[in-house]
Amino acid sequence: MELLNHLMLGFGVALLPINLMYGLIGVLLGTLIGVLPGIGPVATIAMLLPTTYALQPVSALIMLAGIYYGAQYGGSTTAILLNMPGESSSVVTCLDGHQMALKGQAGAALATAALGSFFAGTVATMLIAGVAVPLSELALKFGPAEYFSLMVLGLIGAVVLASGSLLKAIAMIIAGLLMGIVGTDVNSGTQRFAFGIPELSDGIGVVGVAMGLFGFAEIITNLESTMKRELATSKVSGLWLTKAQFKAAWPAVLRGTGIGSVLGILPGGGAMLSSFASYTVEKKLASDASGFGKGAIQGVAGPESANNAGAQTSFIPLLTLGIPENAVMAMMVGAMTIHNIQPGPQVMTSNPGLFWGLIASMWVGNLMLVVLNLPMISIWIKLLTVPYRMLYPAILLFCAIGVYTVNNTNMDIMLTAFFGFMGVLFMKLGCEPAPLLLGFVLGPMMEENLRRAMLLSRGDPTTFLTRPISAAMLAAAVLLVVIIALPNIRKTREVAFQEET
Amino acid sequence: MGFIKQPKDFWAGLLFIGLGIFAIWVGSNYTLGSAARMGPGYFPRILGILLLVLGTLITARGLRGHGDRVPAWKWRPTLVVLGSVVLFGFIVAKIGLAISTVILILVASAASHEFRPKEAIVAGVLLAALSVGVFVVGLHLQLPIWPEFSR
Repeated sequence: MELLNHLMLGFGVALLPINLMYGLIGVLLGTLIGVLPGIGPVATIAMLLPTTYALQPVSALIMLAGIYYGAQYGGSTTAILLNMPGESSSVVTCLDGHQMALKGQAGAALATAALGSFFAGTVATMLIAGVAVPLSELALKFGPAEYFSLMVLGLIGAVVLASGSLLKAIAMIIAGLLMGIVGTDVNSGTQRFAFGIPELSDGIGVVGVAMGLFGFAEIITNLESTMKRELATSKVSGLWLTKAQFKAAWPAVLRGTGIGSVLGILPGGGAMLSSFASYTVEKKLASDASGFGKGAIQGVAGPESANNAGAQTSFIPLLTLGIPENAVMAMMVGAMTIHNIQPGPQVMTSNPGLFWGLIASMWVGNLMLVVLNLPMISIWIKLLTVPYRMLYPAILLFCAIGVYTVNNTNMDIMLTAFFGFMGVLFMKLGCEPAPLLLGFVLGPMMEENLRRAMLLSRGDPTTFLTRPISAAMLAAAVLLVVIIALPNIRKTREVAFQEET
Repeated sequence: MGFIKQPKDFWAGLLFIGLGIFAIWVGSNYTLGSAARMGPGYFPRILGILLLVLGTLITARGLRGHGDRVPAWKWRPTLVVLGSVVLFGFIVAKIGLAISTVILILVASAASHEFRPKEAIVAGVLLAALSVGVFVVGLHLQLPIWPEFSR
């Protein structure tokens, strides 16, 4: 009954006209950037953050959340029609979705993706609502030692499940933590790493870091290569499924939703990991796996449901524990901080309207997406014909305006350009930027909890090991690293990530 | 250089070592405090040492096995893209959003290998109208539209 009351409260907030409007803007923008290759949700959220200052926090968060799951819908459109992932999470959709389009079944593939995503979104929303209360209550019992260990586990988990070298990813986290503590130290008032630059005394803005690493660096790397795009089909007809297709697709949707919901909650999880896992499972379970890669509808239904479920359940650790598990959630931390909301278990009790409103808005947003997107597909296809040489200057413009208006100083643009340069350098050296962003947003929180824990234990570091919950989390983090470092598993992991690229 | 077997790891490691040394060096100006009462220098010192250790491990790994080369850096996209936004930051308060937008689009477009000047000018003018409409008129962001002398 309590759950029902919470959801009623949430829908009361989510269905306010102003929130409906911002939700709609969010999912439309999300679909747009999902459709367009070369710009992802992290850079988009960074771009839009400055424009949300004047909004109510709940409206701002509803819009920004819409961008993430909206992008999952949009990404599939590009994957199916263009054989090119609009988002990293729709890489596997290319495999069978595009083959379906080539066979003249583009409409069926798009409908499968949209309906599967909607189903997954609905289940994921209910899951969030269901586990939010118990998880938050558990988290409220955590002291600083537990919180510190939880952050260690979260950060390690995030890089273990991400691709690339583990050592480099951990180094990127540490570099991020270091950048996160630039500015005035809250305890002593000392200016750290500010070098007398007044703008740095408030710390480096998350907008600049994210936009530089994910926006500018991406554009520059794209420009270095010569891209080509070809539409598989400009005409999409028959946006519906035949009975046989429906029968083949729905078990895959169910499995995809389950996989995505679970993997979304894990640190480092989210949309991308979920879609890969689901594709592998579908291929293993199929009675005839030879159809995969040649237009099997299960290869679209499973991953597309999984990525949407994963995108949504990745909000669970953020909303209940205050721990972001991927780069998009790190941006949501930035958004909450800008609106003076400290992410964590207390949000649910201190801000119930915001908490349940955001959750309810996800279901509303999914409904909007499925209703709007299928009829609007022809518009998205037209957008895909805009060449990249015209697209990226416009993206740069919106980035520049967004960063500039944070403080109306040129300093922020210079910082963003610096991070853009670093982003290109990191990509060239094979270092993933996502762990850095996670470390960056967690830096101040981690230091604060470390200080408090050590103060409480009178300087005894064994406090992290003698408190059982903290010890368990640290043990889990060590275990994760050890498992990944074992030669056998490392090999399979490398093979798994090879298949991705 | 024959001793570098995995250039990506080797140079990335050096980068982290450099960052670690930098953090320890600059951080040495801040009060360290004790484990129980950490000063502002304590956490940065831990991070700096960790970076130093990890960087050394990564560099050492770069001396064994074999790995891909670091891809060549084409400087034009980097310089033009980053230059165009920095330029925008310098001029927007002085000459207003409208003209700055056209300049940003023109300069940024030149980063592409398929740069078409006329197309870029048209796109710049259209985007200038759009950005003034959305950001200044619509969202009330504090940006001048035209140069100072015309106000």
